[in-house]
Amino acid sequence: MTAVVEIDVALEVGALRLSLRLSSGARRLAICGPSGAGKSSALRVLAGLPPRAVGRVSALGETWQDSERRAFVPAWRRGVGWVPQEAHLLPHRSVRENLCWGMGEAGAAAGPAVAEVAARLEIAALLDRRPRHLSGGERQRVALARALLRQPRLLLLDEPLSALDRGHRGRVAAVIDAYAREHAVPLVLVSHDERDVASLADEVWEMDEGQLRRLTPAAS
Amino acid sequence: MIDAAAAIRLSLESALVATLLGLPLAVALGYALARVPFRGKAIVSAAVVGPLVLPPVVTGLLLLRLLGRQAPLGRLLDAVGLPVPFTLLGVIVAALVVGLPLFVAAARGAFEAIDPRYEEVSWTLGVSPWRTFLTVTLPLALPGLLAGAVLAFARALGEFGATVVLAGNMEGRTRTIALAVYALLDLPEGDAAMEELVGVSLLLALGAMVGYEALSRWQRRRLELDRVDQGAGRAAR
Repeated sequence: MTAVVEIDVALEVGALRLSLRLSSGARRLAICGPSGAGKSSALRVLAGLPPRAVGRVSALGETWQDSERRAFVPAWRRGVGWVPQEAHLLPHRSVRENLCWGMGEAGAAAGPAVAEVAARLEIAALLDRRPRHLSGGERQRVALARALLRQPRLLLLDEPLSALDRGHRGRVAAVIDAYAREHAVPLVLVSHDERDVASLADEVWEMDEGQLRRLTPAAS
Repeated sequence: MIDAAAAIRLSLESALVATLLGLPLAVALGYALARVPFRGKAIVSAAVVGPLVLPPVVTGLLLLRLLGRQAPLGRLLDAVGLPVPFTLLGVIVAALVVGLPLFVAAARGAFEAIDPRYEEVSWTLGVSPWRTFLTVTLPLALPGLLAGAVLAFARALGEFGATVVLAGNMEGRTRTIALAVYALLDLPEGDAAMEELVGVSLLLALGAMVGYEALSRWQRRRLELDRVDQGAGRAAR
């Protein structure tokens, strides 16, 4: 099985020393573990965000980082859809403008795609609102829509369902799952919630004491 | 004879130019101090405060030594037709230097208040760091930067010590509001001009206070959401 993502890096996040080694061919991968264990850092390493780790990162058959050869593909060239735990929507822009964030000229032509994603994530009625008028769950869905609209090659989801109420959890999980299948986009999910992991991942790794360990399917 | 209107015009023009020249400096220094790790940051940070804590007359004297015709930099400026001592340019330089600490502090505060994750989200959406700076960071910091501009402008308007040392007190050429008021203290017949200058000073100061407060509130409102966001994130992590 060829690897979808391969990580072998060391990094320091504040007082936390992480040594992340992971190689997985799963197209739906989850990293779980207690709060503060450094799960989000694994996603940030894949997204190419600071702090800069030392080591090797490859994904989708490409080398994204190789510290020995001084190779590093910056975040803006990786084509990942990173959905951070907090939505970080631009507060002075409408939801629609947030969805077209960074599209430039293409934003004007993105109307139908925006409408479609907004309908699937049940945020169509919110498009002209400012983020401050949205609930936590609504913001989380807008952040997800923002990432999906860029047609990412790899989805990086940080606790994507954590702010959602029970009714939306299942529906949004289904949207993520359907999107990943329809567009053949692999996803890496970080969660402390077993229900998210069960519904969205085929392979589960656990972050424990700064290291990653495969939980299921069990190592042979 | 002291021309109050000329002094007011000179003050407004020089303060405006000093503020406009200070803007890119304040943005660059404020951003670097807020976001970029570099060696000697503490020294730069302390040096920027210098003109705020030094007696303005001493600041003026140091500027005169740096930009006077005896100094290499001063000779160079003189040679290219930009003499600083006892010229309008001297008024502008003095205003720029004394206003800069307030401008940089405001810019730094504005940038520090922005969660870096806005920029990180932008990068992962395929936007380069430079375009992210222009389209995400600057707009988020805009009210704070304008508040800093108002402070720097007001400080520049009131500048006296550095100006009198570097630019002198020459009617119609370097005599600003503050210098004109000082000159009028010795002239018993200058009461009307004095009243005009003091009145304009008070009005400008009042405008600056109101403007600063309004812009500061706008900045807090603009970033209010991100404070809520951050708080929620911390609780959940």
